[in-house]
Amino acid sequence: MRNKETKRRQKNALLAAPCSLWMIAFIIIPLLMIVYYGLTKREDGSITLENLKLIADPINRRALWLSLKLSIISTIVCVLLAYPLGLMLRGLKIKSNSFIVLVFMLPMWMNFLLRTLAWLNILENNGILNTILKILHLPTLHIINTPTAIILGMVYNFLPFMILPIYNTLEKIDENVINAARDLGANGKQTFFKIIFPLSIPGVISGITMVFVPSLTTFVISNILGGSKVLLIGNVIEQQFQKLNNWNSGSGLSLVLMVFILLSMAFVGKDENTGRGAATW
Amino acid sequence: MEQKKLIDLVHITKRYGDNVVIDDLNLYIRENEFLTLLGPSGCGKTTTLRIIGGFETPDEGKVIFDGKDITKLPPNERHLNTVFQKYALFTHMTIAENIAFGLKIKKKSKQYIKDKIKYALKLVNLDGYENRMPDSLSGGQQQRIAIARAIVNEPKVLLLDEPLGALDLKLRQDMQYELIRLKNELGITFVYVTHDQEEALTMSDTIMVMNQGYIQQIGTPEDIYNEPENAFVADFIGESNILDAVMIKDYTVRILGVDFPCDSAGFGINKPVDVVIRPEDIDLVSPEEGTISGQVTSLIFKGVHYEMEVLAGGYEWLVHSTDLSAVGTNVGIRVDPYDIQVMNKPESKDEEAANYEE
Repeated sequence: MRNKETKRRQKNALLAAPCSLWMIAFIIIPLLMIVYYGLTKREDGSITLENLKLIADPINRRALWLSLKLSIISTIVCVLLAYPLGLMLRGLKIKSNSFIVLVFMLPMWMNFLLRTLAWLNILENNGILNTILKILHLPTLHIINTPTAIILGMVYNFLPFMILPIYNTLEKIDENVINAARDLGANGKQTFFKIIFPLSIPGVISGITMVFVPSLTTFVISNILGGSKVLLIGNVIEQQFQKLNNWNSGSGLSLVLMVFILLSMAFVGKDENTGRGAATW
Repeated sequence: MEQKKLIDLVHITKRYGDNVVIDDLNLYIRENEFLTLLGPSGCGKTTTLRIIGGFETPDEGKVIFDGKDITKLPPNERHLNTVFQKYALFTHMTIAENIAFGLKIKKKSKQYIKDKIKYALKLVNLDGYENRMPDSLSGGQQQRIAIARAIVNEPKVLLLDEPLGALDLKLRQDMQYELIRLKNELGITFVYVTHDQEEALTMSDTIMVMNQGYIQQIGTPEDIYNEPENAFVADFIGESNILDAVMIKDYTVRILGVDFPCDSAGFGINKPVDVVIRPEDIDLVSPEEGTISGQVTSLIFKGVHYEMEVLAGGYEWLVHSTDLSAVGTNVGIRVDPYDIQVMNKPESKDEEAANYEE
């Protein structure tokens, strides 16, 4: 019996091997490398905290602060857009779930870069938006290369990641649970705040994670829609690696950013079970 | 049964698209009554309950509650509460919070709510469960919490939508007695929806059998079982032999070409009818003594009785008896005149459904 059990385990371990190898090669080793570079000096490889302290540099500090601010605003905008939409979709009671998923995933099948460049075309000073405004004899807007442009880009690119988990948790709420609340005397508002919203929190948290993290670390959106005028922490790190070829300081800043992400996630998901909403992903 | 009418459904019709779910239904429910809506799935029983609860609006007709027209009133403004099929507990709240939900909405005092929770949990035999979460309870326990959550609001009517459907047999039977006890202790009206005829017979004061949106028969469990008004009711409630027959004259019915004495009259001469004979009402005697004779073709031991099939006159008679007749035995079938239930044959499907109105 025991022999059989051991054999079965060995077989299972064998099946897990490709995945384990992948994880070691592309997740664990790179992470260890970042930790190594982040904590050593570029010149002689001796251990130092200098790279981490780089975040205190005024430019970097401002970039991190702006990143936090823009990603928080984008996340809030995404929640405000996605939640009513999720409620509406639930109300429609569309039979085929996959149809909704398709509609929201469709734009994501197009290249991320392409979509962001399209926004550049729209928002440029002589872009589509201002052309239309001119035709209508309205004052033109200067949006490109401002934080607003970046927020627009973030919201547009990451909104699907907010809609899907929220819609999923809302859709799973049993109609009779809502009926029960009504039956026990709750009006529409009370039913929403006491039943529907609390039950959808796992989805909201999952969505926040899916939007906040990529917003905080993006450098492509800010590169394209911010020109070189808006510097986010993602751009700073990118520059360290690409332009200055300084892996050590880049890794150091990455480590600090990682700590920030972990802290904010711990704060958001404090005593909530994110499992259900996150299971969507 | 002199209680007053509490709920009156007047000419209720409900359609989903072209599909008529309830067709011109009239029904009244008395105070303190245990009324069961019984029927196969899709017969309109749950829709009827949802109309009373306010979760559906009828296309035509009125719902009168305690003398007032409540047809258009939303569920939260009706003085009745519902126990849903799959409990529908609030999974993000403790048991105490679940039970307190309705009372908090009504802004009752803390002490009042506390007392009520205690009282309700005691009533459903779950004292001490205040701080548990619904997910940690078994199905039967969750159902009792759902009942507790409803009754703390002191409704005049409790609506129950197949509340025992998700429970296993033993638990279901226990809960049936529990519900009867609860009803007697609370002294309120229960409107109960089920497709389980045994459940209906055990608990109800009145049973309303529904099919295809029509009421087939309303009556006490005894009436429904012993004197079904049509073949559908007879077939749905309990096991039965339903046969084509001809009413030769008053008190004589010809079944499978053989004349049986019966206690029915007023059908006319040579009128085609349906007859129902319950398996336990058939006596197996020697072939010479029987009204009709045949041979036992199968025998199954059922615990309380034997279930036999007897081929006689070209029909497989279902017979329940505590006395055994082996397969292959030649037997006679005898039925007491009052055990033959004669019913009008429906002339069309609509009439079959509508012939409860006499």
